[in-house]
Amino acid sequence: MESPSRNWWRSGAPWISLHGTAVAACILLAGGLLALIMVRGLAFFWPTQVQEIIYLEPDGVESRIVGQIHGVEHVDSGRLADEGSDAGTVIERVLVKTGNRDIAGQDFRLLRGDRILRQSAPLSLVALERLEWGVFFGQVVGLRSYGSLLPSSDVWADFQSMIGRARYLREEARELERGPIADINYRLEQLRLEERERELDGDPDPVAAAAAASERRALQERYRGLESQLLAIEEQLNRDHVIVRISRDASNDREMPLRSIIDAWRPNDMSLLSRFGHFFRKFGSFITDEPREANTEGGIYPALFGTVLMVLLMTVFVAPLGVVAGVYLTEYARQGLLTRFVRISVNNLAGVPSIVYGVFGLGFFVYTVGGGIDRLFYEEALPSPTFGTGGLLWASLTLALLTLPVVIVTTEEGLARIPRSLREASLALGATRWETLWRTVLPMASPAIMTGLILSIARAAGEVAPLMLVGVVKLAPSVPLDGNFPYLHLERKFMHLGFHIYDVGFQSPNIEAARPLVYATAFLLVAVIVLLNLAAIHVRNNLRERFRGVEV
Amino acid sequence: MNKETRLSLQSPSEQWYDDEGLEGHDITLRVRDLDLFYGEAQALRGVNIDFADRLVTAIIGPSGCGKSTLLRCFNRMNDVVGGCSTRGEILLGNQDILGSEIDVAELRRRVGMVFQKPNPFPKSVYENVAYGLRIRGIRKRRQLDERVEWALRAASLWDEVKGRLGEPAFGLSGGQQQRLVIARAIAVEPEVILLDEPCSALDPISTLKVEELINELKQRYTIIIVTHNMQQAARVSDRTAFMYLGELIEYGDTDQVFTNPRVKRTEDYITGRYG
Repeated sequence: MESPSRNWWRSGAPWISLHGTAVAACILLAGGLLALIMVRGLAFFWPTQVQEIIYLEPDGVESRIVGQIHGVEHVDSGRLADEGSDAGTVIERVLVKTGNRDIAGQDFRLLRGDRILRQSAPLSLVALERLEWGVFFGQVVGLRSYGSLLPSSDVWADFQSMIGRARYLREEARELERGPIADINYRLEQLRLEERERELDGDPDPVAAAAAASERRALQERYRGLESQLLAIEEQLNRDHVIVRISRDASNDREMPLRSIIDAWRPNDMSLLSRFGHFFRKFGSFITDEPREANTEGGIYPALFGTVLMVLLMTVFVAPLGVVAGVYLTEYARQGLLTRFVRISVNNLAGVPSIVYGVFGLGFFVYTVGGGIDRLFYEEALPSPTFGTGGLLWASLTLALLTLPVVIVTTEEGLARIPRSLREASLALGATRWETLWRTVLPMASPAIMTGLILSIARAAGEVAPLMLVGVVKLAPSVPLDGNFPYLHLERKFMHLGFHIYDVGFQSPNIEAARPLVYATAFLLVAVIVLLNLAAIHVRNNLRERFRGVEV
Repeated sequence: MNKETRLSLQSPSEQWYDDEGLEGHDITLRVRDLDLFYGEAQALRGVNIDFADRLVTAIIGPSGCGKSTLLRCFNRMNDVVGGCSTRGEILLGNQDILGSEIDVAELRRRVGMVFQKPNPFPKSVYENVAYGLRIRGIRKRRQLDERVEWALRAASLWDEVKGRLGEPAFGLSGGQQQRLVIARAIAVEPEVILLDEPCSALDPISTLKVEELINELKQRYTIIIVTHNMQQAARVSDRTAFMYLGELIEYGDTDQVFTNPRVKRTEDYITGRYG
């Protein structure tokens, strides 16, 4: 008779639990990573309390430090030997974001926990988000308008309305710059190019030249009008100043122009509801604003937009190409040595490092094709390249190439799984092979094809390395979609969330301050990929529902 | 070709060909000296047989005897399989359908086929029947509606599905699906209908309905049915052909073949001695 342990072994139970553990570990890793990114990224928008810390400096002087506590670490005191402590004891160190970079020269301070004398969170402390120099912590003590102190019973409320006014004016100025002024510049550049084209053609058309000259004059006239409007807004923007207090007394009070203040909040004096309001507002502006201060502040709208647009464009390129190739390989090509070779090559293509695709894209698309297009159609703009430099089109095409194998392979698999009986049913009714393919086989393979597209979207959205060679930039002056004909500017360079992460995280001058931004950007990139995938999966499931019941 | 010449070509003890029962009927399909090869292997050997209009002809024989292969020659379905080559002639009317210049799609419209397992498309009941019509270029809604209803009525399915034409065909039972497939085949008005073991995946009641349907359809079409089920062959067919190892062994009226087989092999098979 067999022993119970042997039975247990033979039943496969240990293997099943091993598999279960492996799956659990994978889920834990992926889930943990997502949770980490999400928590760290979203914490960036939460209005953390601002602490007032009385600190005993190493030289024995008590100082007052205002800031948000960013983290606590425990280190062996031996590592702090230069601060005159003995080794062997563990000391707590607190990382405080003190802001006020314009005054203190740095954003963060590391404090020794044992030297913190007192710690409190006065309600009057204010956090200001500014156009320059990062965040400010301090108190608002007064307001100045037209150079004179404003008598005010409720400084905070008046300050808030001033911020609103400044925001409105800034918005107005921005709209002027982005709208009519940008249009005029665009048109002027076009006139210049047209003129250059006529010059190159050796066709001095006096009528056209005169028309161009008069249009240019009119444009410049309009430009001057808009410029004076802009100046008026600027003047309005310079009207108000706020007086802020940094130390305990008025000795260090400063004036800040309202124009540079984006937002102000009192983190210690907020209800839970207003905290949430603040959180969502900040998150919203992160998504919709443009970056400032070398990308380390502001939003990521252009990168988000660029990523989504690039992925969609990539899908538009890769879907027909991959499907057509897959259809040919399974349905029409003679199954011989050559098709087998092609198939192996396609599979191997999927394993080529992405940077190789980037180099290929640069050499082939950008320099060869793009350069050729420039010489043929954009001669007037040379020597500055139009298509002969990295851009949205080349980046999408490079990624389409990169994800092509996935689409081809899944299309082939999908087609091969369509039961022969259905093909025969269609053929027996007098349909040609093409009609059978088009009316029966392809629709039924569409869920599989969608799976291929989902995989390729997931891969393309997360790809950064090749993009750095074929069109992604740290800061693009404008998004590739606007109101000027032809609306979608395929030749423009664009920003990308993946590259943004790299740039902000590793290339920025103020890495500690930018770190939460990196998490937030990473979170958003993951969210974008998940959303794109969910949309595609939704489409696929609908298709699957339609073909439910077929024995595949 | 008359009986005498045929019999002189073939040894009478081995094969028996009787076409008296075809008198009074138009011959729609004539097979002449048909050889068929899958690569090197020969699947049909010198088959000569005529099929008549408004008669049901059953082809019986043990597995692998070539009866399905023969059936699939009539609408060139063997073309789908690679490496298949033929010798000889099959005449539909006056046209040799094995010729390379023949329009295979048009041929398949004239020679409809129903397969072993019901294979409706993953579309609605209506679209299944309209499929062949749309392929033929019929786009007008009213015309489609008429033809779909006519075909479904002809397949005795109309009363069962008229309320759910828009529903997926997979919602129908197996027997209904098979009748739907028959409706789909007759919607394009073929001249010949090929049935390749149409009831082998059906329960007895569905089988009965399909057999009744075959009986009705024979008023209008040439019907050739391949079946493993000898009782079915006896029930539905007017003529029976027995095949063995790629050769036609015996062909005659069903009554005669089943009650008084002329060839020993036929008798053995029918009485269940082998096969």
